[in-house]
Amino acid sequence: MTASAARVARRKAANVVFEVFCWVVTVVALVALAAILWSLLSQGIGGLNLDIFTKSTPAPGSPGGLANAITGSIMMCLLAMVMAVVIGTLAGTWLAEYGGRSAYGSVVRFLNDVLLSAPSILVGLFVYEILVAPFHSFSGFAGSVALALLAVPVITRTTEDVLLLQSATLREAGVALGSTLSYVIRTVLWRSARSGLLTGALLAFARISGETAPLLFTALNNQFFSLDLRHPTANLPVVIFNYALSAYDDWRRLAWAGALLIAGTVLAVTVVARIVAQEQRRS
Amino acid sequence: MNTVNAVESFETSIADVDRAQVKVDVRKLNFFYGKTLALKGVSIPFARNKVTALIGPSGCGKSTLLRTLNRMYALYPGQRAEGEIMIDDENVLSPRTDLARLRARVGMVFQKPTPFPMSIYDNVAFGVRLYENLAKADMDARVEEALTRAALWNEVKDNLKGPGLGLSGGQQQRLCVARGVAVRPEVLLLDEPTSALDPISSAKLEETVTQLKADHTIVIVTHNLGQAGRVSDYTGFMYLGELIEFGPTEDLFQRPATKKTSDYITGRFG
Repeated sequence: MTASAARVARRKAANVVFEVFCWVVTVVALVALAAILWSLLSQGIGGLNLDIFTKSTPAPGSPGGLANAITGSIMMCLLAMVMAVVIGTLAGTWLAEYGGRSAYGSVVRFLNDVLLSAPSILVGLFVYEILVAPFHSFSGFAGSVALALLAVPVITRTTEDVLLLQSATLREAGVALGSTLSYVIRTVLWRSARSGLLTGALLAFARISGETAPLLFTALNNQFFSLDLRHPTANLPVVIFNYALSAYDDWRRLAWAGALLIAGTVLAVTVVARIVAQEQRRS
Repeated sequence: MNTVNAVESFETSIADVDRAQVKVDVRKLNFFYGKTLALKGVSIPFARNKVTALIGPSGCGKSTLLRTLNRMYALYPGQRAEGEIMIDDENVLSPRTDLARLRARVGMVFQKPTPFPMSIYDNVAFGVRLYENLAKADMDARVEEALTRAALWNEVKDNLKGPGLGLSGGQQQRLCVARGVAVRPEVLLLDEPTSALDPISSAKLEETVTQLKADHTIVIVTHNLGQAGRVSDYTGFMYLGELIEFGPTEDLFQRPATKKTSDYITGRFG
């Protein structure tokens, strides 16, 4: 075979062009990410001090912190995660072990996938209609439910996926000893899949911790420190939204500090999730 | 070879098994995966305290037959069996059969080792705890007994709290045997138990199997003809969902009655 020198040269050139293009695009994406992190760090770090954690949101011009918003966010997220982990794990288990192959199972899986990518503002409006409007009051509970609705599909999906990764013979081995399938699921399969399940929960937590839209119509906000989820509840995303748009410099500083807190939390949770996932792969 | 004679001699050899010594009697068993017929009228006896090997090429139905004996197939919708499987005087296929109790009587070890993600001790105690409420000392004794019978006790006695998944492949498989015998089943089903093991671990497991038949009726599915010859008293050769030939292992290997059997055991197909 005689290779045409021109053809080979053109291929090589195309190869170089493609490779350079990939590099440039990657660099652009990374620069954008770095710019976001840089502005977050440079603007937020100045606002970080002890007051952030001990004082509540102030009137403009007076000293204050984000204690009420941090507490509210933690309470709502934890309550949401409790609801979402229970519902999501059970639903995912049902899909993987019981009904997944039926027509009804396919419908459930499809709807779950739709919910997975549903705009969070819609979820907020929905919860507003069923838990806020009828009771004539915004509440932290409603906020938790809205966040849980966003976390459930994530956990359902990951639960189904990691359970399907467990070998069929593990399931059969448990049943072969005479235990019921549900006992095998609870004692063997969940345990065998535990790091995958934990990773899913952590990623769901990372997803909801920065959500603003579903809280705007549900938890609203609260100027004061409160542990009562029956009333409007302060939370970081809505405080950031309000303060960042305000005309006061000290409020805007607080907004940046809050944004940095959320980003730091999400980063930490994601790193932990990756470590846990790696442990799963090793065992 | 005359086919009629072959079939006759095969049926004689089934009749040769002393009926009083039959622990599990499979009669005219049909098995369906959905609409596919995977076992066609299989009748085969499994003798008490003997090892019966099932051999045959992949897809011949030997694992399917094994999985009917403890009704493992019941986990999967669309799979069903017709006919009779008598264990002593009880028909396993009867809808009234309590599956948990059946599986306590008929234990199973799988192709791949399947230790549970818990300690060695808890692995062995897992099945026992389902049926018996034993005091700590009694449970300890039961675990030791089971591990001893599976020829694993000496290797793990100082590490009972260690994870079952930390053992080597061969040890994991013997752990699964221990987990199975701890429940004290009457019948033990082994589904290609050594196909994932190295030769030394396989030899150890074969030795274990030979010792276990003192207390259990054993059915072993294997692709390894040498293994069938070494460990079994009776052998059944299956092909395309049918039992082609059954008899004492020595007879079947040395004087196969059908051409198919002789072709298979001399390595001409499969």
